[in-house]
Amino acid sequence: MTPFTAITSAAVRLPLSNVDTDQLLPARFMSQPRSEGYGDFLLHDLSRDDDGNLRPDFALNAPEAEGAQVLVARRNFGGGSSREGAVYALVDHGFRCVIAPSFGDIFSNNAANNGLLTAQAAEDDVEFLLTTEEDVSVDLRDCTIHAAGRRIAFDINPVKREKLLNGWEDVDLTLSRKAKIDAFSDRDRHRRPWLVPAQR
Amino acid sequence: MPLTLFDKVWNEHVVVTREDGEDLLWIDRHFVHEGSHHAFAKLKAREAKAARPDLTFGVADHYVPVRTRRREDFADDIRTMLGRLENNCAEQNIELFGLDDPRQGIVHVVGPEQGLTLPGLTLVCGDSHTSTHGAFGAIAFGIGASEAAHVLMTQTLWQMKPKQMRITVDGALPEGVSAKDIALNIIAKVGADGARGHALEYAGSAIRSLSMEGRLTLCNLSIESGARCGMVAPDETTFEWIRSRPLAPEGAVLEQAIEHWRTLQSDPDAAFDSEVSLDASSLVPTVTWGTSPEDALPVTASLPDPAKTSHQAKAQHQREALDYMGLRPGQRIEDIAVDRVFIGSCTNSRIEDLRAAAKILAGRKAVVPGLVSPGSSLIKARAEQEGLDRIFVDAGLEWVEAGCSMCVGMNGDLVGPGERCASTTNRNFRGRQGPGARTHLMSPAMAAAAAVTGHLTDLRKLETGAAA
Repeated sequence: MTPFTAITSAAVRLPLSNVDTDQLLPARFMSQPRSEGYGDFLLHDLSRDDDGNLRPDFALNAPEAEGAQVLVARRNFGGGSSREGAVYALVDHGFRCVIAPSFGDIFSNNAANNGLLTAQAAEDDVEFLLTTEEDVSVDLRDCTIHAAGRRIAFDINPVKREKLLNGWEDVDLTLSRKAKIDAFSDRDRHRRPWLVPAQR
Repeated sequence: MPLTLFDKVWNEHVVVTREDGEDLLWIDRHFVHEGSHHAFAKLKAREAKAARPDLTFGVADHYVPVRTRRREDFADDIRTMLGRLENNCAEQNIELFGLDDPRQGIVHVVGPEQGLTLPGLTLVCGDSHTSTHGAFGAIAFGIGASEAAHVLMTQTLWQMKPKQMRITVDGALPEGVSAKDIALNIIAKVGADGARGHALEYAGSAIRSLSMEGRLTLCNLSIESGARCGMVAPDETTFEWIRSRPLAPEGAVLEQAIEHWRTLQSDPDAAFDSEVSLDASSLVPTVTWGTSPEDALPVTASLPDPAKTSHQAKAQHQREALDYMGLRPGQRIEDIAVDRVFIGSCTNSRIEDLRAAAKILAGRKAVVPGLVSPGSSLIKARAEQEGLDRIFVDAGLEWVEAGCSMCVGMNGDLVGPGERCASTTNRNFRGRQGPGARTHLMSPAMAAAAAVTGHLTDLRKLETGAAA
């Protein structure tokens, strides 16, 4: 996973609350293998009109959005389902950071597992960012955002921060503790003999 | 130190605690479904094997067609998804409740039905409504594909212990008000992200009085207030359910387990990070009007007016929700006409749900089309023994096989663009039931009432003159 330290980039501003996972990645695209790329599915239905044409008035479709790595939105971004494809769509589209007042928990976990920073900022700071047009700088080392002359602090769970800064993947970290896991499992077998389903 | 139910179950599963405070949790049950293909692909890329296939179960639900079970009738992409799950489970030696298995159904219905879901377990699945299983006093939550791959390979998961919220619901539920109405009122009260970062415990006399079906509905919707999981402490109702379930422990082992499960209660002085309370006796049948489950109101109410909402972001959400839903500010909810109904999903497809809907529909005709999909093939068989299928069919509704179906439309069961559906499901997100679809969430009895009148209806008006 690519480590995240700091970026400066154009930002896409979506003044929308509850941008849920069904909007980030409509369910009908979830059967696609990742290898084919999820970028074109991002916000598929919101960004198109009834005839399937790209809506020119939608922020993601604006010429300035080209190459943007930062997305700004209102509260409860990524609420809803556990589909990691919602994160794949953002990442494959080129986004590295989403700034919002709150995020869905499962979405944040999935984001951290794919190198996407979910920066939680105060609501008035997000409202300010939504009114600006300049590039946005995000620094994960000191958890700050700089935009249009304002310095904004953001929150991220320290464990996720560490993971993003280092580009760590959990599995290797876990497998190095296999002896402890096996010992737990052996102990548990005696402690909870009902654990393994009867007919197996 | 006094402990909560959540603390007790969590503590029993900590393998190791890292310096940064994350715990490596042992996972007792892992469910996979067609949508888990990304996780299996990750295993394949590492040439890894499932660590504990005996604790892993596959269920075909998200993509299964419900109008036919003949594979030659399936669309190619659906056959591909089902085949992929079958191959992945076979390769990893995971038992699959597949398309042709008489126990097939929606994962969150099948787990409890088979006795795989038990008190005190940690249980995960790549589906946010995994919170359902918390009804047994288990810690159950949805995970993404990377986490699912991690569980497959290690039978563990790194987790930071969440904060805890207790939701106390006291009082007697009025006639016509169900667990679904409790849940929708909780979500409206705390907000769609109000329980973010929290584990919920549902307590109080109204919760104790709920059947397991009701508790499953309630815990299912925990995720809709943003919670990691929701739990109800196990009691006699729980143990009664578990006895005689095919894959549950039995005999002396079961008695030993129950003895332990009785200790899974929050201690009297246990502290919660926040407390919410609700008076069950004041509740009214509730429906959603907008595009977030928090947009829930009593069916007797009128729609909000964004012009009278001072909070800018909230007013904008209301405006956009009303616009998407094709509704007017101030409109009476009971005046909203519907185009179809859907009774089903992991939220409301259990036998009690079907009985509640059938009670309203008996001797009446639906004036709009509708689909009734039971939560499992076993529930379907039971409903047919009870004659419920006849009631649905006689009312003019379609009685079909078990699956996620029109809740999320992955199997092709879609609500058309601009169509309005009275639905017993869990999400009224834009496009959830299909591009442009408009969803109103409600209980099975309320969906049945809407089918009969063709508009959102206070079922209590119908019940007084019920033919059944």
